[in-house]
Amino acid sequence: MALSHLAASASRSSSLLKPLSSALSLRRSISGDNSPLTVETSVPFTSHQCEAPSRSVETNPKELLTFFRDMALMRRMEIAADSLYKAKLIRGFCHLYDGQEAVAVGMEAAITKKDCIITAYRDHCTFVSRGGTLLEVFAELMGRQAGCSKGKGGSMHFYKKDSNFYGGHGIVGAQVPLGCGLAFAQKYSKDETVTFALYGDGAANQGQLFEALNISALWDLPAILVCENNHYGMGTAEWRAAKSPAYYKRGDYVPGLKVDGMDALAVKQACKFAKEHALKNGPIILEMDTYRYHGHSMSDPGSSYRTRDEISGVRQERDPIERIRKLILSHDLATEKELKDVEKEVRKEVDDAIAQAKSFGADRKEVRATLP
Amino acid sequence: MGFRNIIGRRLGLGLVRRRKPFSTATCDGDGNGNAKSINLYSAINQALHIALETDNRAFVFGEDVSFGGVFRCTTGLADRFGKARVFNTPLCEQGIVGFGIGLAAMGNRAIAEIQFADYIYPAFDQIVNEAAKFRYRSGNQFNCGGLTIRAPYGAVGHGGHYHSQSPEAFFCHVPGIKVVIPRSPRQAKGLLLSCIRDPNPVVFFEPKWLYRLAVEEVPEHDYMLPLSEAEVIRQGSDITLVGWGAQLSVMEQACNEAEKDGISCELIDLKTLLPWDKETVEASVRKTGRVLISHEAPVTGGFGAEISASIVERCFLRLEAPVARVCGLDTPFPLVFEPFYMPTKNKILDAIKATVNY
Repeated sequence: MALSHLAASASRSSSLLKPLSSALSLRRSISGDNSPLTVETSVPFTSHQCEAPSRSVETNPKELLTFFRDMALMRRMEIAADSLYKAKLIRGFCHLYDGQEAVAVGMEAAITKKDCIITAYRDHCTFVSRGGTLLEVFAELMGRQAGCSKGKGGSMHFYKKDSNFYGGHGIVGAQVPLGCGLAFAQKYSKDETVTFALYGDGAANQGQLFEALNISALWDLPAILVCENNHYGMGTAEWRAAKSPAYYKRGDYVPGLKVDGMDALAVKQACKFAKEHALKNGPIILEMDTYRYHGHSMSDPGSSYRTRDEISGVRQERDPIERIRKLILSHDLATEKELKDVEKEVRKEVDDAIAQAKSFGADRKEVRATLP
Repeated sequence: MGFRNIIGRRLGLGLVRRRKPFSTATCDGDGNGNAKSINLYSAINQALHIALETDNRAFVFGEDVSFGGVFRCTTGLADRFGKARVFNTPLCEQGIVGFGIGLAAMGNRAIAEIQFADYIYPAFDQIVNEAAKFRYRSGNQFNCGGLTIRAPYGAVGHGGHYHSQSPEAFFCHVPGIKVVIPRSPRQAKGLLLSCIRDPNPVVFFEPKWLYRLAVEEVPEHDYMLPLSEAEVIRQGSDITLVGWGAQLSVMEQACNEAEKDGISCELIDLKTLLPWDKETVEASVRKTGRVLISHEAPVTGGFGAEISASIVERCFLRLEAPVARVCGLDTPFPLVFEPFYMPTKNKILDAIKATVNY
């Protein structure tokens, strides 16, 4: 496609919104193609003890459209989970990821299913990006047997063995040493794979994290520690909990990179860079500067420790889906209507999955009726 | 304020005990003074206010305690006593307890909160190896008796694996600390004040299910309830039931049902699990000849096992039936299957009947 040549010149300017020549009226299918496209990340990477990767990211229309669809699906899924929780079909704890979708899709785009991912309890979207189905998500949330953990884990414990998704952990920070253990096994098997161990800004102050970092660095493990910094550990702002909220630097002797976590392409670039680094040089920390629109969990309105202006400000300026939408539109990869159709499709998929999930297994009333 | 009574004697558990309960108040919480109907978290809140008011070297700290805490137990403390005495910590349980031990070692009343008992394990080493052994290993030069660790424990209906656990048994295995669990608001206030003022490090588990649900008349003044004294909360003659915390109300329901079948049940609230009041339980078993223990924690290795072994040792020839335990199942605390896991009223009732008819 002729788009690619113009894309190359467009990338020299720092604005990713520069439209390509309107003389091109070649139409492409909504699924896009693989013709290369280069886009600049929103901001350059900031690095610690290493050289930052370039902010020019190679992508293609197909990838961008996939990003859009996947993130729209995740967004819709989380919002649907919110409604299900309020309808008491989901009980217990439910930590939603909307706003942070770019981290999940960007990471997946840089790696393979043989690489391992392990995360904390805000895991619904990570599970989906690892290939989990909506049915498995909603069934698990509602405690049905068709759930990915047979309904026994619930929201915080999604797992997918065949794509090396090690879950889904309730205890803050506990998954990080585990992740480093996975990396050790990978190094031992010499299969050129890495582990991404995700944690939040709250977990960054757990002692076990530093133990894991030291071990990983000492033994050169292919471990990538990813701090999803959404700036609030439950209700505590990062500056109240951490002497140094520069989480990418906390590894001291371990290199780190600060990434705009709301930019899926920046995430992809950083993860690609991190994987290469980890395979050669051992652990590296990625700090994803991201944001969650919901509160910590469904019991938290999310507005007592941050202003509504802040939340809507992020939504307006940095929303990951909007970023990709603008990119797609400005590069003429799809029309607004086509993108809206995608969103409609995705909404229907989510609704169908919920309906299907509800048909499985016992619901709480049934369970109670058979009580001893 | 000196809490070490000069005629106190040291117990074999490495604890220091006063000869009689210490109280700044003229009543022990059962009668005089104004009482108001309040819930569990309010009672605990009152105890904390009084603790900080009466000892200016008392501190309250933990995750999110400043705004009042996730269960509102610490409401108003930061406003009243200031940020230097009531403050948030980062998310690091091991650090919280270690820090608390240090603070207590300097003679302060360190009241640390662990947000959920399920999260207490990173601090387990500090509690077991540091707090419990400090006085002993320093030949009494140092101690962290001023340390009290509070944590919400127990099932809440939808807590799942990590918001429902009852870890008391792990701590009951540690000479050098005390473990206390209140069953109601009035008990909680008096017991917590005793724990805070006790010259030994104490772990105080609060039944989260009861935070809002349990409402009782609680005297507004400063009062303390004695530790290591179990309470017979229901007199009976056919069987002794032993429990603590939220489980007692379930057991009480079972007792009521059993009564309809002509079974007279005696119900004992242990209150302090370590060191526990063997005498009271034994006296009851000598009366009834039968005992049933019930707790939410899984049955294997639960504290019921200790009670059972002790009672059999002491009352073997008196027993008319094996010691019964009606407890949580030996599984991780489930989310969807919680109703099956729990030691329900019906399970207890069945066990009462089986024991009585043995």
